Amino acid sequence: MAAQETSQSAIFRHAFGNVLSFTVLLLIGVMAFSIRLFSVIKYESVIHEFDPYFNYRVTQFLTKSGVYDFWNWFDDRTWYPLGRVIGGTVYPGLTLTAGTLWRILNSINIPLSVETVCVFTAPVFSAFASWATYLLTKEIKGAGAGLTAAALLAMVPSYISRSVAGSYDNEAVAIFALIFTFYLYIKTLNTGSLFYATLNAIAYFYMVCSWGGYTFIINLIPMHVLLCIVTGRYSPRLYIAYAPLVVLGTLLAALVPVVGFNAVMTSEHFASFLVFIIIHVVALVYYIKGILTPQMFKVAVTLVVSVGMVLCFAVLAVLIALVASSPTKGWSGRSLSLLDPTYASKYIPIIASVSEHQPPTWPSYFMDINVLAFLVPAGIIACFLPLSDASSFAVLYIVTSVYFSGVMVRLMLVLAPAACIMSGIALSEAFDVFTRSIKFHLVGTTQNPQENAGDATKVTQNDVKSEKSEDTVKERSSRKSKKKDKENIEKPSLVSRVEKRLLVLPLETSVMAVFLVVLLGAFYVVHCVWAAAEAYSAPSIVLTSRSHDGLHVFDDFREAYAWLSHNTEVDDKVASWWDYGYQTTAMANRTVIVDNNTWNNTHIATVGTALSSPEKAAWDIFNSLDVKYVLVVFGGLVGYPSDDINKFLWMVRIGGGVFPHIKEPDYLRDGQYRIDSQATPTMLNCLMYKLSYYRFVETDGRGYDKVRNTEIGKKHFKLNHFEEVFTTHHWMVRIYKLKSPRNRIRGKTKRSKSKSGTSKRSTRKKNPWQ
Amino acid sequence: MGKSATTRDVHALFHSLRSAYAATANHLKIIDLYIFFAIATALIQVAYMAIVGSFPFNSFLSGVLSCVGTAVLAVSLRIQVNKDNKEFKDLPPERAFADFVLCNLVLHLVIMNFLG
Repeated sequence: MAAQETSQSAIFRHAFGNVLSFTVLLLIGVMAFSIRLFSVIKYESVIHEFDPYFNYRVTQFLTKSGVYDFWNWFDDRTWYPLGRVIGGTVYPGLTLTAGTLWRILNSINIPLSVETVCVFTAPVFSAFASWATYLLTKEIKGAGAGLTAAALLAMVPSYISRSVAGSYDNEAVAIFALIFTFYLYIKTLNTGSLFYATLNAIAYFYMVCSWGGYTFIINLIPMHVLLCIVTGRYSPRLYIAYAPLVVLGTLLAALVPVVGFNAVMTSEHFASFLVFIIIHVVALVYYIKGILTPQMFKVAVTLVVSVGMVLCFAVLAVLIALVASSPTKGWSGRSLSLLDPTYASKYIPIIASVSEHQPPTWPSYFMDINVLAFLVPAGIIACFLPLSDASSFAVLYIVTSVYFSGVMVRLMLVLAPAACIMSGIALSEAFDVFTRSIKFHLVGTTQNPQENAGDATKVTQNDVKSEKSEDTVKERSSRKSKKKDKENIEKPSLVSRVEKRLLVLPLETSVMAVFLVVLLGAFYVVHCVWAAAEAYSAPSIVLTSRSHDGLHVFDDFREAYAWLSHNTEVDDKVASWWDYGYQTTAMANRTVIVDNNTWNNTHIATVGTALSSPEKAAWDIFNSLDVKYVLVVFGGLVGYPSDDINKFLWMVRIGGGVFPHIKEPDYLRDGQYRIDSQATPTMLNCLMYKLSYYRFVETDGRGYDKVRNTEIGKKHFKLNHFEEVFTTHHWMVRIYKLKSPRNRIRGKTKRSKSKSGTSKRSTRKKNPWQ
Repeated sequence: MGKSATTRDVHALFHSLRSAYAATANHLKIIDLYIFFAIATALIQVAYMAIVGSFPFNSFLSGVLSCVGTAVLAVSLRIQVNKDNKEFKDLPPERAFADFVLCNLVLHLVIMNFLG
């Protein structure tokens, strides 16, 4: 009777716990969605930045023409005259996801436009990502840690920065795919079920479709398998978790056109094959050990070691010769720049010039993961007590992601889920101790044996000390009671009772600590909301500034693209620096010479050379590319710092990397980059200077550049080969047209000039454009 | 002297291996035969590629990987069905076989697509 009662109450508490955690998860999803809507509220529902515009254009094409045309699409409106094979060079996951969403919504009569679906894809998938974090952390440590980690991930600023509403980029769905793949891997590892292994391979396929960062997964999982083998944790479940994934995963990765045969030929995948072989060898060894007697096994070992070593060395020698024969040892440029952070700056200036590829500064860690930065070590300790396969995976994940985030600021995004998982574990364990102490004191000593029998062993002193700064969310108070119930039910099965130390703190300390943890959570929430609202919600295509007479809105970019689309022919080619390529093709619908894909360094270097050359040489280069219009971005009138003059040195470096007659020191005076009267003549004569500052002196009489904080050097000059056709309201975008060449060259003076020009040119053979 | 000791040890080793293997259950031996067949097919395909060249590389890859894949999946099935494995004692063999069939289905679907 009593047993039935307790089992009934246990069922009730179990059910109550389930309902409560479901509600909490729903609220977490809603929060993850809503915190990313600041830019829609402050500006409008518009696509941000540069890369999302390309994805939006591809999605438009997909929804208009269908999957087969999209798969085989050759785009001739970009990289003129080369074109780009979109079907084979784009990661299709994001566009297919948004296209499917749009198709489903339209079929159930919710007529959302493609743009709306694209803008809101990222917040929706971030809600999914927080649920996936819950599942993953639940596999590692338990449901309480899962809820905490999910709540943390929903708000972490680093993830918000790349998945805000309007940021329609690969990472929006890729982070969800990453966490979900890891969850399925850990689930397979914990249960040993081939069903989850299949799901794992399919989730990995979705990840390969979505992002180039899938190489992180295909290297982290083999590393973890190797770690398990080396630390003596080999088990049949490990084999089932890993071996089918490698075979199925490689096949599925080879299906995606972007990856293709790289799945078996590049060094990024070799680790998985190597560990595949190693795990088979280990499995065979364990099997033979199982069926033989110990002394026979010793004989087998000596025999195999002597024969196997020879074979191994032979194979290794062949492999090393193969790999060493390629100059980059088989790695792609981007992966190599991750392993050797100085590689890009020496050899590939394009990769080095992207601001996202720079190493992060220390403050950016606090900005991006805030409080989690010092909760992570506590989480790592909590993972070791007790150490399981899943928690060793979590530790490996955090360590590798911390290294990579230190190399490139863009990879802080991969660190965010790991930090959330670790912090969730740390906070959950801490809260566990506090609430258990409170319950112990409040309920009294009569029920002690039952509760304490399920006690885990932890070194709480360290945890308490490191709890100065923790997080929690408002749901915490309700989760406390649920956790107490859940812990009592789940504890005996979850935790191994190594020691039976009683870990109970005084009542006042526990209450105070709970209050402090809640306060810390409040700080985290405030920071995250502030970061989402102020720092990461700028669409960067519309700028605002506050002054004494109200809010100014700078919509110059869209103004320029609209002008282009209304006032030029459909087939006109527009040249600009590669940053603006995607936006120009998407919004102005004109053919561009180079865009953000930066796959062809020589083509970009050609444009860079043209912008760094004097007017006539630049006109020649642009004319050879059939360019009609040139677009430059200029921020000197309003103080917009990301304009082309500030980027100009990169143009020189990239151009100079391919065409040696462009030398960077020619543009610097005593190593300093200046555009005032002390600037070098090469600088004052180059096309970029002229196009940026043409007629600039007419604005305020002295040509004061608000970004460089100085008056410009050459104020009054004419353009002979270009004519200005449009300048936006705040002079931020300036469009010039190439003047057609003269029909005939008049007069003797002109002929002699050109003759002396040719004789000079024939001696200087280095410039290929003359 | 040492040589005969080594050869004696090798003989004893093979003898004990053979006797231990003969003691395994019949259904496991069938799975082992299937694995052996799959690996042999993969080796034949690699030898053929070495002779003829790897021109439709996707076909070669899908052929070899399908053999290796079925071998791996059969090994997983064997692990799950083997009664000596304590970790899987409450997994009914029908469930293991169903998972095996599902995984093979996915594998061969991908192979069909990739074969070209």
